[in-house]
Amino acid sequence: MTSRARSTSNPDATFGPDTQFTPSVVEGTFHRPGRMRRALLPPLSVIATLFVLWQVAVTLFHLNTTILPGPRLIVASTWDDRANLWPAIITTSEESVLGLLLALVTGVISAVVIDASRVIRRSVYPVIIASQTLPIIALAPLVVIYFGFGLGPKILLVGLFSFFPITVGMVQGLGSADVEAMNLLRTMRATKWQLLLRVRLPGALPQLFTGLKISVTYAFSAAIVAEYVGATQGLGVYINAASQAAPRRTDLVFGATLVAALATVVLFLVVGFVERLAMPWRSPEET
Amino acid sequence: MSGPGKSLELRGLSKHFSIEGVDVFALDGLEMTVSPGEFVSLIGPSGCGKSTLFNIIAGLEEASEGEVALGGDVLLERLGASAYMPQHGALLAWRRVIDNVTLPLRLRGQSKTSARRVAQPLLERFGLGAFANAWPWQLSGGMRHRVAFLRTVIAEPTLVLLDEPFGALDGITRADLQEWLSDVWASVDATVLLVTHDISEAVYLSDRIFVMTPRPGSIAAIIDVDLARPRRAADRESNAFGVLERRLRHELRAAVWIDGDHECEVCGNRHRIVPPSEGHAASSPTGPI
Repeated sequence: MTSRARSTSNPDATFGPDTQFTPSVVEGTFHRPGRMRRALLPPLSVIATLFVLWQVAVTLFHLNTTILPGPRLIVASTWDDRANLWPAIITTSEESVLGLLLALVTGVISAVVIDASRVIRRSVYPVIIASQTLPIIALAPLVVIYFGFGLGPKILLVGLFSFFPITVGMVQGLGSADVEAMNLLRTMRATKWQLLLRVRLPGALPQLFTGLKISVTYAFSAAIVAEYVGATQGLGVYINAASQAAPRRTDLVFGATLVAALATVVLFLVVGFVERLAMPWRSPEET
Repeated sequence: MSGPGKSLELRGLSKHFSIEGVDVFALDGLEMTVSPGEFVSLIGPSGCGKSTLFNIIAGLEEASEGEVALGGDVLLERLGASAYMPQHGALLAWRRVIDNVTLPLRLRGQSKTSARRVAQPLLERFGLGAFANAWPWQLSGGMRHRVAFLRTVIAEPTLVLLDEPFGALDGITRADLQEWLSDVWASVDATVLLVTHDISEAVYLSDRIFVMTPRPGSIAAIIDVDLARPRRAADRESNAFGVLERRLRHELRAAVWIDGDHECEVCGNRHRIVPPSEGHAASSPTGPI
């Protein structure tokens, strides 16, 4: 009944902009930096605590550094060896990023085809899902046998690992298109192509990025395993060499592993950044 | 803003379909005639086939029997013949307000700039000017419905279908929007068909109200709303408005009842309720309604 009182006293109220909700436009959008910091602080302090405990244990018990070096030694030796490590990081990052891009392109195209065709969805899609039971790591030697020691086989292996999460995410995203919006566009005589471009693809982006982020966490592992099997350059080669050196350079094995983890975090953040650029329409709650 | 309304005729519409082996008889020879430019509401119990009927008129579903005629011509290709506003507005989250509004124009191949030029003055007139560049999540529920309505009428449709457009809103916002729509309606020439559950909404907005029977749906009664326009919020308190509301409530109850002697829950009298398809109004209840 308040509404009646309002509109009778002010006939323009029903036409005027609904000023009562404007604060929500302003609210929220500025939270993010503070929110990020608050979200990152607790896990970072856990990591810091673990490193401190590790260092204390190593110093206290005088552990053999070829068995378990402390974080201080790991950081120092890794830094000293940066001239050798840097090219390895570059090579492995290149393999990871190109492999992810390969999976992204093939995954998105596959998902669109799977979504568009009932026959393919019923015949090929189950096979793709079942193919996840194949130990992809075990395929690494095969890939090297077929494609040699160059960049190609590593990209291919990263691509094989990343393809599945990206494809499944995209298929689910395309399948969850809002029925009401689809019907609405059909009544506007939208073509299948317009439905795909204007409703299904943008609607599928959040799930695509979820799949891509999962793939990012696999990418460096896949590239390193491919390098173990046969390569001349990269973090896998570097780790192999360090573990077989005399005396054993366990500190550098740890160092290279931590560097790979850091590179994964960086790549993950880059994907998160691209995600925000690709979907500027999302509310702060959704990001 | 909208094309001159066209008459709408539904001739003997029936619809059968089956969901997981269960046969559903949704519409039973539904007949309906709407004059050009008329605002008509369809009201009926849940599951009476209103949505099926709407989907058939909009071209999203095919009728098992019967035909739909617009402006006297039987429509073979109904997709695109009417403008449809779905229940939840269905704004696309990834388009700014103005680009949601221009969607029907863009799908027809109009350029972004020229479509925006059409939309901008309309946004101002609909009280949405300040939000042209906002994202849908930044709008309140009521504002989202205004945007969806503007999108519905921007391409100058001759027939507008509103599917419970305010059903998901709270009571105060809903009343606001009903008053807003009633005002805006004055500048829309299209024929409008509104599906609603809300008795007061139907009376406030309509020229005529069609009461539907439970599934299989057909028309149980037609009520003329002879209230003057423009209507104001205060009109809801008038005696004539109350009488129409009571009458509509009565027809709705009657549409649900089966044949036989029954005490009327609305007027308290015992009177014969005829089969819904014959229309309750024809059974002339013995008491006042």
